[in-house]
Amino acid sequence: MNKISDDISKDLKDQPKFSDDIGSKDQDHHSFELGQQSTLKKIQHFLHGNPTMVPIIILVISVIAFGFIAGGKFFSAFNLSLIVQQVTIVGILAAAQTLVILTAGIDLSVAAMMVLASVFMGKLSVEMGMPTMPAIFIGTAVGVLTGIVNGLLVTRLRLPPFIVTLGTWNIFFALVIFFTGSQSIRSSDIEINAPLLHFWGERINLGGFVFTYGAFLMIVIFVVLWMVLNKTAWGRHVYAVGDDKEAAELSGIRTDRMLVSVYAVAGLVVGIGAWVSIGRVGSVSPTSFYEGNLDSITAVVIGGTSLFGGRGTILGALFGALIVGVFSSGLSIAGLDVLWQRFALGCLIIIAVGIDQWIRKVSN
Amino acid sequence: MEPILVAKNLSKKYGKVVALDNANLELYPGEVLGVIGDNGAGKSTLIKVLCGAVVPDSGEIQLDGKSVSFTSPIEARTLGIETVYQNLALSPALSITDNMFLGREIRQKGFMGKFLRFLDKKAMAEEARKKLSELGLLTIQNINQLVETLSGGQRQGVAVARATSFGTKVVIMDEPTAALGVKESRRVLELIGEVRARGIPIILISHNMPHVFEVADRIHIHRLGTRLCVINPKDYEMSDAVAFMTGAKQPPQN
Repeated sequence: MNKISDDISKDLKDQPKFSDDIGSKDQDHHSFELGQQSTLKKIQHFLHGNPTMVPIIILVISVIAFGFIAGGKFFSAFNLSLIVQQVTIVGILAAAQTLVILTAGIDLSVAAMMVLASVFMGKLSVEMGMPTMPAIFIGTAVGVLTGIVNGLLVTRLRLPPFIVTLGTWNIFFALVIFFTGSQSIRSSDIEINAPLLHFWGERINLGGFVFTYGAFLMIVIFVVLWMVLNKTAWGRHVYAVGDDKEAAELSGIRTDRMLVSVYAVAGLVVGIGAWVSIGRVGSVSPTSFYEGNLDSITAVVIGGTSLFGGRGTILGALFGALIVGVFSSGLSIAGLDVLWQRFALGCLIIIAVGIDQWIRKVSN
Repeated sequence: MEPILVAKNLSKKYGKVVALDNANLELYPGEVLGVIGDNGAGKSTLIKVLCGAVVPDSGEIQLDGKSVSFTSPIEARTLGIETVYQNLALSPALSITDNMFLGREIRQKGFMGKFLRFLDKKAMAEEARKKLSELGLLTIQNINQLVETLSGGQRQGVAVARATSFGTKVVIMDEPTAALGVKESRRVLELIGEVRARGIPIILISHNMPHVFEVADRIHIHRLGTRLCVINPKDYEMSDAVAFMTGAKQPPQN
């Protein structure tokens, strides 16, 4: 369609000139457009084969752009490492979220699961005097358990994941309020009774770059999940179930068991994230990370994983989380109001999904 | 010669509708058995029973002379009855190799495979390439290509290669040419020949009379929930088969 209208407008422009000329010009015009189209097609095919490249490109461009806009302050070792620290929790949640979204599901309850798990860790070790390690273990188990609950509701009751996790989000949040009485467990109390809970918040300085242990753990989680997804049968089945559940079933995959296990593993990752979050925040607050679920979905989507399942990479979510971090850091250093950070983030989501849809068209 | 697959007196009712009424079927080693029938004749129920998707109310299935029963396509498959579904049951977003080994992956040897459960991608790719070239399908360039980048005929090829790769005794093909163009249909018919040449018998369900008449050794005509007759395509015209199918003509007595 475009080509035709372009041709027409060009013809119209050229009309008053010599009529002989039009023919040759027209041909040039055609060959030029064909050439351009094929490079575009090439890019499309390349991105289709390498879906992680989109978030990497966006990340690199945004880092460079904010370097210009916000200046040296943005590029300082301290600030760059601060961005990594800031995205740690959302990054871990996004890793769990990616697993669920790859199965064509969605998990709105991840953040509530994490807070619930951290409440168990804090309550048991700080207020009930349990040794810290078992408390952490039980908290993590709570993460796994809540994941299994989501998975069973999705597979047994055949409810859409969106509805199930919308429900459990509220239920888990209510449980958090119930167990804590809306009271935070203070950082100073944790430091005295269960300092191990703060472990992942410890910092190390590498030539000006300040990293928390938690940031390293986040990277480790991503690398491990990447290997699991790409090098094990379970990982391939995650993709197969999300891509075409019926086909996966006919290929001999027990899809319901797969789905429950995916939600359980997501719960495990969230449970580990709960420990890291205590180190990051310092205290255990029942109202923290209230938007963590949506932030994690944002990171996954910007990372190029399709909400329709079966397509995407776990590393994309890491880059997606970093992109969000770079945007909020860059915009705030540039002195823009928080509202513009949100505005930019909104645009980013729509652009990312738009690019994703365009790349998908290759297969049709 | 003993038949490899026998269905005896299969019956299946859906409420008051009789889908199968004491239906019989025999498949002999090395043959292509075409199954045709009018819409609603019960042939798709018959096939679903044979591939494990539907459990019959009564009747018996024998494989290699032994009575077998299964309640899912997966169980049927472990016994050696493989089905190439009309929708192919492939995952478009996965590679050819991944698809061929979906649910039957090869793990690495030793610690990496046993405890970390890592896949032996190299062995799987080699095996996949071998199977595809055996069936003359190596026009597919890259074994790690995503299935969604393949044409309809190539996808059919991958599905057939998968169905014939794992100690298969019987392959059921459901409308393999229905979604394909002329050229690709031709390729699939050749493929059916390749599979038969390797000694694997095929049950071919199709609406396409010329295709059935071209590749089938015998044709099972299904009508009103049961087997009406089995004909040799060399002895009859397509119009005869259609007449038997619709009841316009009395079947041969045999």
